[in-house]
Amino acid sequence: MGTCRSLGAGAALAEARSGARGCTMVLSAADQAAVRALWRKLDTNVGVYTTEALERTFVAFPSTKTYFAHLDLRPGSAQVKAHGQKVADALTLAVNHLDDLPRALSALSDLHAHKLQVNPVNFKLLGHCLLVTLARHYPGDFSPALQASLDKFLSHVIWALASSYR
Amino acid sequence: MVHFTGEEKTAVTNVWSKVNVEEAGGEVLGRLLVVYPWTQRFFDNFGNLSSSSAIMGNPKVKAHGKKVLTSFGDAIKNMDNLKGAFAKLSELHCDKLHVDPENFRLLGNVMVIILASHFGKEFTPDVQAAWQKLVAGVANAMAHKYH
Repeated sequence: MGTCRSLGAGAALAEARSGARGCTMVLSAADQAAVRALWRKLDTNVGVYTTEALERTFVAFPSTKTYFAHLDLRPGSAQVKAHGQKVADALTLAVNHLDDLPRALSALSDLHAHKLQVNPVNFKLLGHCLLVTLARHYPGDFSPALQASLDKFLSHVIWALASSYR
Repeated sequence: MVHFTGEEKTAVTNVWSKVNVEEAGGEVLGRLLVVYPWTQRFFDNFGNLSSSSAIMGNPKVKAHGKKVLTSFGDAIKNMDNLKGAFAKLSELHCDKLHVDPENFRLLGNVMVIILASHFGKEFTPDVQAAWQKLVAGVANAMAHKYH
């Protein structure tokens, strides 16, 4: 999924084994640039796309709805839109902290692990639907290289989000 | 066994009828090799896979991609019996090619993403859901004969 920056092979390995946040997975400069450029283009519309990604996730992978029994999940729901904006804000936070995702996302990780208790497999489903959404809206930009950078970025976010679990 | 409703079958065939199998095949396989580079392990004899543009322009990738998508097309004609439709290919990929079935799931998801980019507005959440069901069914059918 990514390699730990070497702090000295022994230290890095020990940290990787313990799953400690000291082990940083860092995207390449090219990947970071690609993700930042896309985010500048998305501008204030990130929430629109994360909301669509959530809608797609609920329709394509109905088991994900089990975490939202308390919300109105019908298409166009204001509650889904509000949740979509929360996801957007979290991803924008991630984009602004690409060098230190585990630390930037540690509060969210704790929340999802201990309070919400979301099985991390679901993050991958939402990530996939976000890629589908972005491909649908930005086909001209969605080159193989950008797809690779985004896929890697999302897998790093997912890894950071799951890092508090146990 | 996967059961597709009438609406799901229509959603799939409406999209498929407009797919250029040759172009899309190269696109799907190429992107799989770019986004998930470890999948290149099965294509040692394909020549230059050293960069994204090399992969996407590689004639062997295009040819093999076309083969893969043509099989998909056959599956779409047999949506009620995917396991039967893919039995022989499943055996081949296990016994001769030694491909981890997880890669079929990756390929399926890449395909969904490409369909989204080609079909835009038409690729609604419901249409996507039908396709997710199909690619999951195909991946399972491809893994079914593994032992």
